[in-house]
Amino acid sequence: MRVVLGEDLTLLRDGLIRLLTAYDMEVVEAADNGPALLRAMVSHRPDVAVVDVRLPPTFTDEGLKAAIEARAQVPGLPVLVLSQHVEPLYARELLSGGIGGLGYLLKDRVSDVRRFIEAVRTVAGGGTAMDPEVISQLLTRRARDEPLGRLTPREYEVLALMAEGRTNAGIAARLVVSEKAVSKHINNIFTKLDLYRGGDDNRRVLAVLAYLNA
Amino acid sequence: MSHGDGTFRRLARLTLRTCVRGLVIAVLSVVPGIPLFVVSMLSLPLLAVGIGVVPVPMCLLAVRRRASQQRRFALEWSGVSITTPYRPRPHEVSNGLIGRLQRCKWLLTDPATWRDLLWTLVNMPVGVALGALPAFGVVAGVVGLLSGVWLNPGHLRQLPLFLGLLLVGVFAGPRVLKAHAQFSAALLAPTRKELDAQVGRLNESRSQVVDASAAELRRIERDLHDGAQARLVSLGMGIGLAEQVLRDDPELALKLLAEARASSGQALADLRHLVRGIHPPVLAERGLDGAVRALAVSLPLPVNLHIELAGRPPAPVESAAYFAIAEVLANVVKHSAARSAWVQLLYQPGKLVAIIGDDGTGGAVPRAGGGLRGIERRLAAFDGLIAVTSPAGGPTVVTMELPCELSLART
Repeated sequence: MRVVLGEDLTLLRDGLIRLLTAYDMEVVEAADNGPALLRAMVSHRPDVAVVDVRLPPTFTDEGLKAAIEARAQVPGLPVLVLSQHVEPLYARELLSGGIGGLGYLLKDRVSDVRRFIEAVRTVAGGGTAMDPEVISQLLTRRARDEPLGRLTPREYEVLALMAEGRTNAGIAARLVVSEKAVSKHINNIFTKLDLYRGGDDNRRVLAVLAYLNA
Repeated sequence: MSHGDGTFRRLARLTLRTCVRGLVIAVLSVVPGIPLFVVSMLSLPLLAVGIGVVPVPMCLLAVRRRASQQRRFALEWSGVSITTPYRPRPHEVSNGLIGRLQRCKWLLTDPATWRDLLWTLVNMPVGVALGALPAFGVVAGVVGLLSGVWLNPGHLRQLPLFLGLLLVGVFAGPRVLKAHAQFSAALLAPTRKELDAQVGRLNESRSQVVDASAAELRRIERDLHDGAQARLVSLGMGIGLAEQVLRDDPELALKLLAEARASSGQALADLRHLVRGIHPPVLAERGLDGAVRALAVSLPLPVNLHIELAGRPPAPVESAAYFAIAEVLANVVKHSAARSAWVQLLYQPGKLVAIIGDDGTGGAVPRAGGGLRGIERRLAAFDGLIAVTSPAGGPTVVTMELPCELSLART
């Protein structure tokens, strides 16, 4: 798997390269600023780009802008955005740029190596990986909404996990229940929230994210 | 020849400009001047019978606007800077009768109000005389010279007089306008006593700010000490222990390492929380506009935004405005039972204005130690103000003003 990396802090850049290489990924270019990152993403067309939000030269949201621009130029380019903090606003901007192949995680998640690599692969495969903190902020925001109140606590949990981008199998493993139980919960959620039942996992995730983000 | 032409033309243009400005001063000193003064004086006795509370603030504020206009002219036309002497508007002005009384009191107890009125009176003759002088000199000089040369060639004895008038109009004009500006400064600038009082107010707000920022630093120190630092210590210990037992008891080492990782995650969460309180990252990344948008997105009720900022305020003002808006919106969420809120953020000449409203139950009162008082202190550091109107039953509207300049939009 070919990866483009955008990270300006040497310590973290080297760490990420080591980590990704250890899991048989090839870092084809590691850019340390916004413009170079954008060039690298567009010219290499990697399987996935792992991008820090804050990059030189402005040290603002250079990386996020590069990611959004790259996805505008190369539709569907898988990008996993990392940040020291997460903002639902940024999630909204990333999601508005196209469907699938998108991740937005706290940098902390890197320390859980297995789950981080899983997220990289999910995004590379066209899936979604949203940080639980983004999801919980989105859920808090919608907490006063009537339809959400109709969910049972279990359905609420399933909704949060689904919004993070987990598959049915992933949710089942996490909650230690059968996949069949999970798909029953998901059916209930879609009925209660009055959402259109898309086919595959990814469509459903996007439907849920769109609902929370509205 | 063309060089001489250019100089002449420039001189003519400057003279024309001076004449026009002088005439503006002369006309303004009479046309709004006389009615403003007369109506103000007539409305004051009405206070005794109570109905004055409506016209008095209107008149006095109009006088202020007129005086402020003259302060601008003095600076722009003659380079005479006149500091605005007014006392800060009282906080918590409501729209009812009490608000009107407060406003009357604020205006009537400010010596600058009376000095404005005195200036309006004295400026009637002085403004007309000084303002009209340049134009009078030029017109009389030119007319006299022309009639002397062409119509009555005999009256050559009066030529020096007309020539003198013309020269006065052309060369002394700017100095005459400056004299008027200096006369205005004598009445419109703050008096020594006022300046002393202002220094007193600044001292007070500064010491409040110093206290507040010292308390803030203590809080940050304590948070770091009890939070991230402690977790990093335990992280180091955990890894050290794991190192020791790695060979003998790999199971235990694994458990210790997992704990260490959890500890690092907690340390990061603590730091994130702390950083948000010091300077929210989104503010650094997006400026006030984007930070307020991010804030609105994260709140559990719909917030309508109307933001019109052509540039960015200085960083400390941005930060103060952001925290103030965040605090007000947090109050809306906690206390107002509102179903929606709105934020208006715009720049008026010289100040950043934020207006936050909700459709909640109202009845918000600034209490000692409460959030609104905290905002007041925070804004006071920048000579900013907050006004709250919150009648029982709602709606609540909070208006904040922060004097500042905008820099061009940074990209």
